Formats: sequence, C-alpha cells, structure tokens
Amino acid sequence: MHFFQHFGRYILFLKGMFSRPEKFKVYMDRTLLEMNNIGIGSLGIVAIIAIFQGAVTTLQIAYQLISPLVENPVIGSIVSDSSMLELAPTITCLVLAGKVGSHIASEIGTMRVTEQIDALEIMGINSAGFIALPKIVAGVVMIPMLIVISIFLSNVGGVIAGEASGILTPDEYLQGARGSFLAYNLFFSLIKAFTYAFIITSVACFQGYYTSGGALEVGTSSTRAVVYSAVLILFADYVLTQLLL
Amino acid sequence: MIDLKDIRKAFDGREVLKGITTSMEPGKTNLIIGASGSGKSVMMKCMVGLLRPDSGSIHYDGRDFLGLQHKELREIRREIGMLFQGSALFDSSTVQENIEFPLKMFTKMTPAERLDRVNFCLEQVHMEGINSKFPAEISGGMKKRVGIARAIAMDIKYLFCDEPNSGLDPVTSRVIDELLMEITQEFQVTTIINTHDMKTVFDIGDKIVFIYEGQKWWEGKKEEVRQSGNPELQAFINASYFG
Ligand SMILES: Nc1ncnc2c1ncn2[C@@H]1O[C@H](COP(=O)(O)OP(=O)(O)OP(=O)(O)O)[C@@H](O)[C@H]1O
Ligand SMILES: [Mg+2]
Repeated sequence: MHFFQHFGRYILFLKGMFSRPEKFKVYMDRTLLEMNNIGIGSLGIVAIIAIFQGAVTTLQIAYQLISPLVENPVIGSIVSDSSMLELAPTITCLVLAGKVGSHIASEIGTMRVTEQIDALEIMGINSAGFIALPKIVAGVVMIPMLIVISIFLSNVGGVIAGEASGILTPDEYLQGARGSFLAYNLFFSLIKAFTYAFIITSVACFQGYYTSGGALEVGTSSTRAVVYSAVLILFADYVLTQLLL
Repeated sequence: MIDLKDIRKAFDGREVLKGITTSMEPGKTNLIIGASGSGKSVMMKCMVGLLRPDSGSIHYDGRDFLGLQHKELREIRREIGMLFQGSALFDSSTVQENIEFPLKMFTKMTPAERLDRVNFCLEQVHMEGINSKFPAEISGGMKKRVGIARAIAMDIKYLFCDEPNSGLDPVTSRVIDELLMEITQEFQVTTIINTHDMKTVFDIGDKIVFIYEGQKWWEGKKEEVRQSGNPELQAFINASYFG
C-alpha cells in the first residue's frame, strides 16, 4: 500500500482510540496489567543490556583515549554522558521494539484473525481503544522508567569494567560522571524514551489491528512492527538530537 | 423482525451481494444456506454491522440500523449476540471472564450477580462448573457452547451464528443445533444461522433463505424446501446428501 495511505490509516487509528471510552475501571485494570507485562517483564533484558553496554563503552573509550594528557575521570564522564544521551535509550528501545513490539503485534493480530476483535465490535465496544490504549499508556509510562534504570545500570557496568581491567578506579569514574552531569541531559533522554515508547507500542498495535488472513499474516505483522518501529526510532533519534541538543 | 432491503456489497469492484431483500422472522430460527463463497458470511456481517453495505437498508423491528446515531446503535448492539465460526473466545481470559465480560462493560451488576448470571448461562448450554478453565483447555464443541453462553449473557433479542457446526463431529453438531433451538424458543430470540449443513436445516430450521451467487435465490419454510422446484436449490440439497 502507498506510504501516505498507510500513514493516514495510522493517524485515523490513533484518533479512533480516543472516541467513545467505556468503563474507566476496566481500562485501568487492563493498563495495570500491561504495565506489569511491559515493565516488569522487560526488566531482566534491560538490565543485562545496560550493564554490558556500560562496560564495553568504558573499555572502548579507554582504548581510544590512550594518552598521558587525558585524565582518568574523563573516561567516566564520556561513558556516563553517552550512555544517558544515546546508548541507554536508543539501544534499549531498539531491543524493546523487538521484544515488546513483536509481542503486542502478534497478540493483537491473533485476536484479529480469530475474530476476537469482531466479537468486541459486536458488543458495541470501541475495539481499537479497548485493546490499544492500555498498551500504549502502559508503554509510555513504563519504558521511560526502564530507561532510567538502564542509565543507572550502565554506569554500574562502567564502574565494574573500569575496576576489573584496572583502567580507572570507581572514584575516578564517579568523579568524572558527576562532573559532567547535566539535568538537561536526563530530561533529553526521557524525551527520547517517551517518543520511542509511543512509537514501539502504537506501531505494534496498528500492525496487529490491521492484520488480515491467518497465522502467517500474524507473523508478517509482527515482523513489520519490529522493522518499522526500529526505523522510526532511529529517525526520531536523529530529529530529536538535531532539535534538542 | 429484521428486514433487509436491496443489500449490496462489493469488494474491489466485485459484487458479492447483489441486492438481497429478505426478512428474519422473530422468535424463529432463520437459516441462511448456500454454497461456499455465495456470500452468507458477508451478508451476516452486514446485518450485525461488522461490514457496511454499499447500499440498501436494514431495519431491526422498525429501527433503521444503518442510519442510527452512536447511542441508539449501542442500544441495538446490546440486543445482538453472536456466535463466531471459531468461537472467538478471548484467550487470555477464563470461561467465567469471557461470559461476564459484556456484563462488566455494560451493566452495574455486582460480582455476585454476575457470577449468578454466568452460571445461569453455562447451565443453558449444559456446561456447568467450567468457570475457571481457559479456552485453550477446552474442546472445540465446548468452546462453541461457551461462545453461545457469552452471546446470551446480556438479554439479547437477536442471536447470530456463523457456521455453528463447522469443525464439529456429527454428534456434537446435533447437540449445538438443539441448544440453539432451545435458546430460540425459551428466550423468544430471533436466531439467524449460516450453514451448509442440510441436517441442521431439516432438524431446526423454521425459515430458510437460499443464497446463490450473491442473490436471494429462494426463501420459504422448511417444509417447502423439498418441493421448491428450484433447480439450484434442489442441486444444493442433493449434493449435501449424496456428495
Ligand atoms: N473482506 C473481504 N474482502 C474481499 N473479499 C471478500 C471479503 N469477505 C468476503 N469476500 C469475498 O466474498 C465472497 C463471499 O464470501 P463469504 O465469506 O460471504 O462466503 P460464504 O458464503 O460465507 O462461504 P463459506 O460457506 O465458505 O463460509 C467470497 O468470494 C470472498 O472471497
Ligand atoms: Mg462463511
């Protein structure tokens, strides 16, 4: 289908979610459930990525900056800054696009091809809103929290790798990290996280909702959700960095 | 009574429903029969509002279904129950949650009242005591019955069933047929069933509508089916028995 047609449908899908809200409490319950799925369910993978990313970045920066003129704390400040500004939010969200996005798309796609969405519609329920809204809200709330955790843990990884390899002491690392900390950078990082979270969940919901056919098409939708949201995340990354830094 | 007038529906320029005019009798089992691809499912989807016809009108007891505003449309929706071909139970919810879902969304019932209602509906389909099972844990025939229980959870007036017997063995098919008839009679609902099972037609059919290539080719009472003198209908019946 033509790109603009797709995009138009996506916008209409988002708009359609907000009309005719049914029982608030049911929405609330579903949102909490999704927050648990998305947030708690992704904690493990997010932690692993963050620690290794921090560790690897530390080793790599140390390697690139080998020079008697560079003081050790500089390494800490570079690692903590690049983790916060780019690596933690972007890498984590690219992985979450795979984990959360494909899960959402295949769940909703299956509901579509097994007529569960039709069953909701028959009852007079706004199926797009009922299914997608709780997932999008949950993602937009939980993913930024995961990113904050990820930022913290990538510094932990950096400290560990610095100490283990004898490149710099924890004190030197923290001195560098503290020295370059800017609240604005954290804010920028969270703006990215919100944007990525919305991209991941809404694109996955959209792809799943407009699945037609059978099991094979559910797989296709899920793949599409991951590919489209990954590309959109990288694009948004560029645009946000250009605008806000 | 549901009145359809000159319903047309095309997909990508190919007309699937070519002007269907008929009516569904109140308190009766109305059977829509026809070969695969003749347009039965599309016709049913148009009737319940899952598809919008390109032209024509549908009246539910005089209420213009296609011209209604949100609020009135919602009211009619509450009066409609549907059993889907694959049952369409919510697979992340238990049987209990499936059946009470419409009650939760649309009534102010307390949890105890809901439980009563769920048990009552399960009793109607002879499936007591499976409240805590998940759809994946029950057989196809049981899923259909739970699907019926969910469809009748609200006080419905119209019950739609798309191929209620597909994928079921002959014995279970008869059980489902009987259930549908019992429910139609006990609750005086207008039941509309899509089927190509001729046994269903002769067992529980009141009114029969034969769809042939997107057109209403014949309609009448079950008793008249054999003497219809309509060659396509005759061929369809014969094929079902000797094919
Ligand atoms: N959403 C759709 N888009 C395009 N074509 C469709 C769509 N739905 C149905 N059709 C076409 O409409 C025709 C009638 O389909 P329908 O599902 O109503 O047949 P049916 O009588 O229910 O058959 P069966 O007994 O096999 O269920 C078919 O040729 C089908 O390909
Ligand atoms: Mg069909």
